[in-house]
Amino acid sequence: MTELAKKRQQYRNIHPIADLPSYRMPAAAWTSILHRISGVIMFVLLPFIVWMLDRSLSSEISYDAFTAVFRAGIGFVPGWFFKLMVLALIWSYLHHFVAGLRHLWMDLSHSAVNKKFGRNSALTTIVIAVVLTVVLGAKLFGLY
Amino acid sequence: MSVNYGSKRTVVGAHYGLRDWLAQRGTAVIMTIFTIALLAQVIFSRGEIGYDLWAGIFASQWMKGLTFATLISLAWHVWVGMRNVWMDYAQPIVLRLTLQVLTLAWLAACTAWGFQVLWRM
Repeated sequence: MTELAKKRQQYRNIHPIADLPSYRMPAAAWTSILHRISGVIMFVLLPFIVWMLDRSLSSEISYDAFTAVFRAGIGFVPGWFFKLMVLALIWSYLHHFVAGLRHLWMDLSHSAVNKKFGRNSALTTIVIAVVLTVVLGAKLFGLY
Repeated sequence: MSVNYGSKRTVVGAHYGLRDWLAQRGTAVIMTIFTIALLAQVIFSRGEIGYDLWAGIFASQWMKGLTFATLISLAWHVWVGMRNVWMDYAQPIVLRLTLQVLTLAWLAACTAWGFQVLWRM
């Protein structure tokens, strides 16, 4: 760059709070940010996941106590709150998984990288994740 | 042109990016195999899903090995993902490096706990 070059405006860091509300996000953008959000949710709830594995595997007694947590809760935390956390994990895992498959598909297939596929696969991802979450969530909350 | 070298170098930990990009895909494949193996054993089991069935699934050596591989894969996969998140949203270096270290500690603790659970029974 020469000394005479003008100082051009640089767009460096992301300012989510300032900029995001002014964008119209296409379906692919929603799928992408939900992919990130679902990942972060699972990261935050990772100790809870390992705790569930621990309690369920240690012994018959701990297994029974573990299943009781979802009915009776622990201390002042009610059972349905634990079920809600599991529901969040179910959606997070499903969306993250399906969106991840979408990523892999677009990595492997050049012909898949076009605007139409981007939109259709994004909508499919969101729908599959939500539908399966409803199905599994209904089972979780004892609706069938 | 932005100054991103010397003392103004942005330390994000991403380097060239190819290794981690590939690692995310590879670890994802391993975790998918684990998910299918686990789901298949649960769905095609006979009888009630109780402690015996559940603990029985994780009792075999091959399942323990697969779960072990999954835990390690998970740690790497999550690290790359969270490093990207911090890289995008945490600009001050002190904040970002602190979050990265805490993330690593969080992941190390969860992974170690997972090993502990796996080999306790």
